[in-house]
Amino acid sequence: MLYREAGQFKATYVEDQQIFPIRQDRIAFAILLAVAFLVVPLVGNQYWLSAILTPFLVASLATIGLNILTGYAGQLSLGTAAFMAVGAFMAYNFELRMPWMPILGSFALAGLCAAAVGMVFGLPSLRIKGFYLAVATLACQFFVLWALQRIGWFTNYSTSGVITAQKIVILGYAVVTPASKYLLTLSVVAVMALLAKNLMRSQTGRAFMAVRDMDVAAEVIGIRMMRTKLLAFAISSFYCGVAGALYAFCYLGTVEPEAFNLDISFRILFMVIVGGVGSILGSFLGAGFITLLPIFLNLVSGWIRHTFGVELDHAMLSNLELIIFGGLIIFFLIVEPLGLARLWQIGKEKLRLWPFPH
Amino acid sequence: MNWQFFLEVLAGGLLAGVMYALVALGFVLIYKASGVFNFAQGAMVFFAALTFVSLVERGMNFWIALLATLAVMIGLGIAIERAVLRPLVNQPPITLFMATIGLTFVLEGLSQLIWGSQPHGLELGIPDEPMQWLSESANINISQFDLFAALVAGILVAVLALFFQKTRIGRALRAVADDHQAALAVGIPLRQIWAIVWAVAGFVALVAGLMWGARNGVQYALTFIALKALPVLILGGFESVAGAIVGGLIIGASEKLAEVYLGPFVGGGLESWFPYVLALLFLLVRPEGLFGEKHIDRV
Repeated sequence: MLYREAGQFKATYVEDQQIFPIRQDRIAFAILLAVAFLVVPLVGNQYWLSAILTPFLVASLATIGLNILTGYAGQLSLGTAAFMAVGAFMAYNFELRMPWMPILGSFALAGLCAAAVGMVFGLPSLRIKGFYLAVATLACQFFVLWALQRIGWFTNYSTSGVITAQKIVILGYAVVTPASKYLLTLSVVAVMALLAKNLMRSQTGRAFMAVRDMDVAAEVIGIRMMRTKLLAFAISSFYCGVAGALYAFCYLGTVEPEAFNLDISFRILFMVIVGGVGSILGSFLGAGFITLLPIFLNLVSGWIRHTFGVELDHAMLSNLELIIFGGLIIFFLIVEPLGLARLWQIGKEKLRLWPFPH
Repeated sequence: MNWQFFLEVLAGGLLAGVMYALVALGFVLIYKASGVFNFAQGAMVFFAALTFVSLVERGMNFWIALLATLAVMIGLGIAIERAVLRPLVNQPPITLFMATIGLTFVLEGLSQLIWGSQPHGLELGIPDEPMQWLSESANINISQFDLFAALVAGILVAVLALFFQKTRIGRALRAVADDHQAALAVGIPLRQIWAIVWAVAGFVALVAGLMWGARNGVQYALTFIALKALPVLILGGFESVAGAIVGGLIIGASEKLAEVYLGPFVGGGLESWFPYVLALLFLLVRPEGLFGEKHIDRV
């Protein structure tokens, strides 16, 4: 009754091309943005802001990056964490060696470095496909981490191989509190998500999808394979690189290369799959689900301890967590292989008929 | 260059490659029959080795423990087919791949939940030390255990080859590997076949687990050997048993040679990525691996 398209006419092409064609969607999204930008920094406590929301946003950005590559362009990659590592360490180096550089400039340049690395390791995608490519991207994962650990220049010859991200200063304003770091992350993620959404609706995005659906056919209708695939790798790595820089500067503070191990790559891939392959909204949903799941499991175990008085020892708990995490992934894939984004879509269609479904 | 040292490194590498091939075999079996890239193979190896070692430590006879573990692995294979694969029939390969990653978490958690997470030693009665006569006569150190592992791998491949070529089930397996639908059409029960394949992969995982467990001890790090087997797979081709063996030998030998002769120039630690880069360069020339099926694109 409340949520419907009836009566909403589109008289111009601009109206027809809106991201949210339904008025209720626009209102809801505006409210969501207002809450995220204005209410959350005011009411959120330090734990929520710095330990949950900021990593969630960073993970969303990385997930968008991988989704562009895997979901839209159809190239399976297991090297996401490596691109993030490049972003984090290059942002550190740009800040270190060019202190006059504004921090957002460093992030962008770090993203470009990650894009360059991504293009180099994307070259094999022109010849190999599917799981062969996935395993090949593992080469990137291991090689990049090895290089970051062995080549002293990246870590400024720190003996432990750990870097400490510099203080963030934007236009003379020091970003130190959790709320301001959250706001910085949110702004970057919001702008880049909007860019991604629009890019995927443009000619470039459509070329990606054509390559994903059948690359030979795409080539036949005149899509340049090399340009498209390398562009997909570059854009995806750029997003991952910026996400890595944010991860280092706004969330962790001190970073070692091992923080970007294969586990992170898999985690991001899970977020893509759980959220929905080929969906920007799904990237956020998936990132939220995977970030919140361990916290939720912790809460449940605390609740069990509280009500039943059963003391679970730590090792057992972490093993149980592994089992439940894995089990939920499998369960999810079986129940809804298209991810949370699909559930959202189904929900919206139901809402259109509500409360009179017949 | 000292040729004896070179030979020693080469032989050591080749024999280490055999160990990689043991793990890669499990991947190949499942990929051939069901088109699933089973990332959980490493976790299965860990699960098998840990179960076996824990049974032996609880005073069970070696052979009975072996049989019991084999039974557990076959049960596991059937359970996986039932609970994970059957509901996911007809899903795209990436979904199945993700499911096996989820399975990896479950298996890792489960095995440590049941048997505890402390590392165990495993004795097979074969000493892991250089053979006397060889080091005396030719001054080359080759471990007796490595040769034993190579022998086991040889027997395993022979048994698998016999099983695939000569038995009724083996022929059905090959039919399924060629074409699921055609196999179904001639009346081969697909579900049974998949359960059998996963059970056989469980058996291979047990053998690999015993070998690796005896070499490095049974501990959590055992799950990472799956990562060692991946470059072997893409080098040899996903669908080929022979490819797994040859790929394993190439990767093992080149990895050790690179570590010894190239390592000092770049600061060591090459082993983590060198096999991948080697396999990657190789794929640029032959995109389907050494023995993989040639891929033909049709619009």
